[in-house]
Amino acid sequence: MLSEIVDNIVYIFLIIGVFFNLIAGIGLLRFPDVYTRLYAGIKCTTFGSIFICGSVILLGLKMWYQGSSDGTVLVIHTAGALIAILITNPTGAHAIARAAHRSGVKPVGAVVDDLEGKPARKSAPIKKGADK
Amino acid sequence: MTEFEPIFFVVLGLLILSITLCIIRVLIGPTAPDRVVGLGTINTLVIVSMIAFGMATSSFIYFNVAIVYALLSYISTLFIAKYLEGGEF
Repeated sequence: MLSEIVDNIVYIFLIIGVFFNLIAGIGLLRFPDVYTRLYAGIKCTTFGSIFICGSVILLGLKMWYQGSSDGTVLVIHTAGALIAILITNPTGAHAIARAAHRSGVKPVGAVVDDLEGKPARKSAPIKKGADK
Repeated sequence: MTEFEPIFFVVLGLLILSITLCIIRVLIGPTAPDRVVGLGTINTLVIVSMIAFGMATSSFIYFNVAIVYALLSYISTLFIAKYLEGGEF
């Protein structure tokens, strides 16, 4: 009874995860702009990765409940990979977007760019040859 | 566990299809940040593919490799972004 419920939840999680990962690839091809491509690529893969790793964690918990020793290894290592994805993916996307804007890529169809002409760093003035 | 092995192979095939779409974006991307976005997406998909492959073949070494791959790909993405920005290291 409990095993069947867990199996059905795992199927649903796998379907959601694969669906969003496929949407990431399609959106990366179809969107017109760096920033919208970033939205499609990073957000959809993060969301899909949560569900696929969640299904693996559920399978590991089921194996642990049934007495297999591999279940704990499965749960802990998949949770570690999921936490690494959840921390590194948004910060990497933010760094890419900032670098794209500062290297001169404009959004397609944007009328007003509020960040235009602003200095790169306000708090740290540039000292040429200070510590070389 | 054994009943899920063919399903994880199907998941792996669909993830590889998504990786192929991202490779097309990396090849045809007009600017350099487009290619970096494609590479970041490929990195995340490769991590999930490693987890799916480890579940499909019951080889748990791939989970450890996935953790290390996540951290190293993050460092590579940050350095490419720093290079595009024109900063000094």
